[in-house]
Amino acid sequence: MPVARFPGGLRLDAQPAVPGVPALRRLPTPARLRVPMLQHQGEPARPCVAVGQRVRAGERIGVAVGRLSAHVHTPCSGTVTAIAAHDIGHPSGRALPCVEIAHDGSDDHVRLPPLPDWRALDRGAIAARLHEAGVVGLGGGTFPAALKVAAGGPPVHTLILNGCESDPGAGSDAAVMCHRADEVVAGAALLAHALSAARVLLAVNASRADAAGSLREACARDPDAAGFDIVTVPARYPQGSERQLVYALTGIALPHGRRPHDEGLRVFNVATAAAAWRAVVRGEPLTARVVTLAGGGVRRPCTLEVPVGTLVADLVAFAGGYGDDAQRLVLGGALMGRALPHDEVPIGKGSYNVLVLSSREIPAPTPVMPCIRCGECARVCPSRLLPRQLYSEIRQGGFEAAAALGLHDCIECGLCDTVCPSYIPLLHWLRHGKGELAFAAREQDLRARSRQAHHARQERLRRLAEERERRLAERERTALANRERAMSDILARALSRAGLRKREDGGDGP
Amino acid sequence: MRTFPTAHAPHRPHARSVRTVMWLVCAALVPGTLAQALFFGAGVVVQVLLAVAFALAVEALCLRLRGVPLQPFLGDGSAVVTAWLFALCLPPLAPWWIAAAGMLAALGLGKHAFGGLGHNPFNPAMVGYALVLLGWPLDLARWPPARGAGEVPGLADALRTIFTGTADAGWDALTRATPLAVQHDLAAAGRTLAEIRADVAWTTAGAPAWGWIAAAFALGGIALCLLRIVDWRTPAAVLLGVLVLALPPWLFDSGVHPPPLQHLASGGLVLCAFFIASDPVSGAGTPRGRWLFGIGVAALVLALRAWGRFPDGIAFAILAMNALAPLIDRHTVPRVFGR
Repeated sequence: MPVARFPGGLRLDAQPAVPGVPALRRLPTPARLRVPMLQHQGEPARPCVAVGQRVRAGERIGVAVGRLSAHVHTPCSGTVTAIAAHDIGHPSGRALPCVEIAHDGSDDHVRLPPLPDWRALDRGAIAARLHEAGVVGLGGGTFPAALKVAAGGPPVHTLILNGCESDPGAGSDAAVMCHRADEVVAGAALLAHALSAARVLLAVNASRADAAGSLREACARDPDAAGFDIVTVPARYPQGSERQLVYALTGIALPHGRRPHDEGLRVFNVATAAAAWRAVVRGEPLTARVVTLAGGGVRRPCTLEVPVGTLVADLVAFAGGYGDDAQRLVLGGALMGRALPHDEVPIGKGSYNVLVLSSREIPAPTPVMPCIRCGECARVCPSRLLPRQLYSEIRQGGFEAAAALGLHDCIECGLCDTVCPSYIPLLHWLRHGKGELAFAAREQDLRARSRQAHHARQERLRRLAEERERRLAERERTALANRERAMSDILARALSRAGLRKREDGGDGP
Repeated sequence: MRTFPTAHAPHRPHARSVRTVMWLVCAALVPGTLAQALFFGAGVVVQVLLAVAFALAVEALCLRLRGVPLQPFLGDGSAVVTAWLFALCLPPLAPWWIAAAGMLAALGLGKHAFGGLGHNPFNPAMVGYALVLLGWPLDLARWPPARGAGEVPGLADALRTIFTGTADAGWDALTRATPLAVQHDLAAAGRTLAEIRADVAWTTAGAPAWGWIAAAFALGGIALCLLRIVDWRTPAAVLLGVLVLALPPWLFDSGVHPPPLQHLASGGLVLCAFFIASDPVSGAGTPRGRWLFGIGVAALVLALRAWGRFPDGIAFAILAMNALAPLIDRHTVPRVFGR
């Protein structure tokens, strides 16, 4: 199948090196878990357990709040010891509620009722189950899978499974494809059935021939996978980004604000497909994910299945602890991830990578030089933006001008930043500009709403005043009429009295 | 709990720095400079060293006056590149104060007056060269004969001439007109191309030497393009622009208009295409803009060679296009992905 080449992008050297995965092992559940209530896009889930309550593995401990949210389940049995806000590595840096669970060492668990006969289920029923099991996108986006399945738009013609994983140092998707290929393929068949997708494409990074091979074998084994296409895409960052992948496979260029479902497409991460299959066929809620721990600062880099809520410190300790030269701890990819201030941060459903970087793997502390307009940033930009121009606008406070130049189309891949010879922190500036625009939009929204409220109040007051005026006038009119009526009554009575007297006079008169 | 210092993403070692870029540009200038020194003597190297020394002095002075720390900026190599390019435009025996005046103009007026590295709207080397060309046109026309067409002055002769201003054999014996100057003057006198070719001034001007020098500069320039330090579009636009635009007049009347390849091989056109027009700071910054910029340079160079006061008009062509670059950038913003 021909693969289109997206604009920009860069072939990055695999640094830090991705550890090999001979077998996919599960991290032994630590004695203490801190399960965040926000492991998805949208509103944090509301804890539905009490401190001191005993929970069994797979039990729901957080309830989705609102439309864009997801349930949270505990990966282990034990006792809830605390419900408190902690730093969970959220980009905003704010503390968010977490449920702390002391693991009791037992294998006491609950499952949702298995639905092995998924071929008889319709889209709604499968979406309901994915919602029930708290399945979200495992590629890092963490968008609730149920919403993606149930989303409207034109009929789905192509289902894409994203196994590109172009981040240097990332290897969790490859491990899932190598060791759980059957689940990935069965999950793809399940999702294709739910969406009535005619075509299924499994996109694999060209540098991971082993993953493509095991997927191919799994497709041959699975009768539902007849006609699935396994496409190898160049190992060119950011090929794993949704828009770039859609363009490579279908030639459709999605601008900011347009989603694949507007074009009759769906993109799921390979690990999400496997999780969806487990949720439907086995009734397993999503309580663990595969994480790659890499970098020169950790003694034994590895890829493991990790229960959500495991602290990074426990994960690193299992991997032999920190090396002598552990300089920076990063949650997420080397280009977009967040540097953590400490290692007491829990793994969530979207934490595909933990990097412990040595001094060789991080930028040397160097002064920022002025931009020499070399144009490298524009050459590598996958959105075909001019990052240096956006930077100079944002620096001068020209956020609107930056937006007009396409700031919202920036996917924050970080390439412009890594290639800049002047060491300008472009990604930081672009994110700052986006943040300022979002803030301004909120402010404007607030202003518009308060203006509206003010006008509504003015209108209400005017109406009330009018009403009062009308009532007063009415009353006055009534009073006047009453008075007139009273006057005419008095007059009539006086007249009739006078007439009577006259008659009396006349009767008695001489 | 172990704590770590935090930093912004991305978390990867930097790509090459401004400093590396500048030193690679210098390295790419070496073959052309050596070729020029081979044909015109050690004076070429002396001029380069002289200009670099003056450049660093002026750079340090300007940084001090602007209250900017010397350290990251003095060593960034940009002043060295400017000085080197400027020196390559000078005749090898030009007096020392030409380099001094040129560097003062290039770095003081062309660069630091506008805010230093990255802020200069005009190419500093061309600002310096244009000013000395306007100020001392005679000194800048005195090129010695190329090797093979006459005696090439040695290092001692070159140093004496540069620093004392006296030539042993007298200036007339020492200097020749360049092929471009011969072409320019004789064509202005109404001679046809065939007559110019037969003239003794042309046969001793050393046209093949200039061709070899251009080839050597092209070698370094292509290396820069392959290393992606120079965007290939600008040099391609300049060179193709000259070839394409010079073709119709030559086809129309090859007796008067020089062939396109002669344009390429003479003067500093190749040097200009790869090293001067491609200056990112003062040139156009968008892919389409770079094509337009290069074609504009090519058109102006041809126009100035045909009708200008000076034999070559590269400096003026570059400065004019530098002034247009912001406008070009404004109208060639690439279409955003998906829009």
